[in-house]
Amino acid sequence: MNVTELIEKATTRIKDFKAWVALDSGNLSNGQQLAVKYFSVAVILFVAQILFGLLAAAQFIWPGFLYEFLDFNVNRMVHINAMVVWMLYGFIGSIYWLLEDESQTEIVGLKLGNLAFWVLTAAVTLVVLVYLLVQIGPGKDSSLWLINEGREYIEAPRWADIGIVVVMLIFFYNVVATFSKGKWSGIAGVLTLDLVALAGLYVAGMFYMTNITHEQYWWWWVIHLWVEATWEVLVGVIMAWSLMKLLGVRRKIVQTWLYIEVALMFGSGILGLGHHYFWIGTPEYWLTIGGFFSALEPIPLVAMVVHAVYDSGTHAFKNGNHPALAWIIAHAFGNFFGAGVWGFMHTLPQINLYTHGTQWSASHGHLAFFGAYATINIAFFYLAIQHWRGNVWMGAGIANAWRWKWALGLLNVGVLGMTIAMLVAGYEQSFIERAVEGSSWGGYFTAQNHPSFQSAMSWRLLFGLVTAAGLGLLVWDLLTTGKGETRKAQEITQH
Amino acid sequence: MNEEPLWASESFWKKVAIWVTAGSFLILVVLTLDSLSQTSAGGTRVPAYAVINKKIDYQYQEKLHKSIPVVGEDEFLFGREFSEEEARQLVDLGKKTSQAKNCMNCHTLLGNGAYYAPDLTKAWLDKGWINTELREDMLMKFLMDPEKNARTYGSDRKMPNLGITEAEAKGLIAFLKWMSSIDTNGFPYNFKTIYAEE
Repeated sequence: MNVTELIEKATTRIKDFKAWVALDSGNLSNGQQLAVKYFSVAVILFVAQILFGLLAAAQFIWPGFLYEFLDFNVNRMVHINAMVVWMLYGFIGSIYWLLEDESQTEIVGLKLGNLAFWVLTAAVTLVVLVYLLVQIGPGKDSSLWLINEGREYIEAPRWADIGIVVVMLIFFYNVVATFSKGKWSGIAGVLTLDLVALAGLYVAGMFYMTNITHEQYWWWWVIHLWVEATWEVLVGVIMAWSLMKLLGVRRKIVQTWLYIEVALMFGSGILGLGHHYFWIGTPEYWLTIGGFFSALEPIPLVAMVVHAVYDSGTHAFKNGNHPALAWIIAHAFGNFFGAGVWGFMHTLPQINLYTHGTQWSASHGHLAFFGAYATINIAFFYLAIQHWRGNVWMGAGIANAWRWKWALGLLNVGVLGMTIAMLVAGYEQSFIERAVEGSSWGGYFTAQNHPSFQSAMSWRLLFGLVTAAGLGLLVWDLLTTGKGETRKAQEITQH
Repeated sequence: MNEEPLWASESFWKKVAIWVTAGSFLILVVLTLDSLSQTSAGGTRVPAYAVINKKIDYQYQEKLHKSIPVVGEDEFLFGREFSEEEARQLVDLGKKTSQAKNCMNCHTLLGNGAYYAPDLTKAWLDKGWINTELREDMLMKFLMDPEKNARTYGSDRKMPNLGITEAEAKGLIAFLKWMSSIDTNGFPYNFKTIYAEE
């Protein structure tokens, strides 16, 4: 078969697929059309995240699996990088989604925004291909510039770092210019300041340093201040806007709450950074500061749960998009348990001394990233699909409602199951490797070889498969839900 | 209509949010400047790179309930003494190699990274290297051909061959030795060094 035939075949397939999903971009505004591009890539990366997570999980059970072909370090890197990037795609998409509605005007710099999307997507594709095909390089600067920087979560080679900053600047320009042309609101103000912090912090992680203490010091400026500060405020913004749209909550109420959340989130989260500075060589005062402020970190998350549940209650759960609201509520609880409770469990230095760098961290990481960020992005995917199909009915009695319900159930049960399995493994590691054997390599392997650790890893893989099943169902549902629905969405008015 | 109480007003919380954020960030900046100056290589918490010429051990301090690093007599690497600049270059090569080979996505360094392989923070001092005479040679062999020299402790988990050259292996060993001298506030707890075993 020659190339032209192949291309032809591919084009027909794409056409067939488009006819089958039957989505109409004519239903969307310009900003929303850009948003759904980001959402589509986000879903693809979500699938990649789960796939490489499964490979890495399998290697804990069968260490010889793909040895020297796709080693654990490669799978794990793709797993966590795909996660970070799909969440960023989801956030950017969500903001483009609400931008025109919130500013009451047409998006400024649409062409630039589209260009940035394609540049970013091409760069992400290239980075992943290099991760998979080249994997490692010699101990030279060129490896850090072209292959990977070898630092957890921000492995992207430096050329990509610079590209990401440029794309973020374009995105930032679009947001600010659009609000400036249209209307500023409290939500817009918080969002703008948060994006300055988000983009600025990334730069802190772009330098090479011989001194590993200094390097990890700045590295945490990106990781912690993103995940536990700017991202949390970003989802606060997204949550505030969606509560107005989904439930008809009054603007004054959500904005007041948003300010309270910002105060609590930054007030605890910025100095809560200290809980990463216990053991990397930094001065002892971080033990006190980090311990104290990170103990406060769950408070804003409690506030968010109260907020979401109270608003839903006062509006008697009357809303225009059941799957989206269900995921918003999953977000409120997931954020509280995953980021708040699971984080607090091992954040105090007295506990962290034994749990740091064990499966405890992985347990917390899984529940927190899913609960805080995956959930709210999924809520927006449902919002997008509803409008993509022409603002169709997505309340009670939609066709094939079992799919979104089972996807919600399987994904949540899957992630919770993995979390508990890794918590068991983490406890065992803390006792045997850390407390009894004093963290020697021998102690490490004694813990890894223990039956309770190994059975926990099997449970983790099993629940990983449950998660994957949930994701498969979610993708299927997103492609088909609302197809052929003729009723219009329920009218939601502010009261 | 009643007057709106302060705790329910939007503008009050807006101001609180701004002041709390700005205040926290300011404190963070001040602490950052102090932390960075206290942790420059050559200080008490993070020793100079030439520490690779010395014996590094830990001593348990009853009063502090933690082990603190003790830099002892000469203990050369690869049979020679390195000047501060040579040591810095060697550690730098090791650090760069650890990143280029993506060590951190299996191992943890200073407790951060992945959990598929042991922590490297005090790996230089691990009693798994049997004794100080064998240590250097075992490390070199292991890094350059991890599959043949694998020590899996019955776990079947093997480090893959990462194409580490002799120079890179020396750099990595120097990096590990230097890193083991960093005062990590007693982490990991109850760690017994190779000297304690001897």
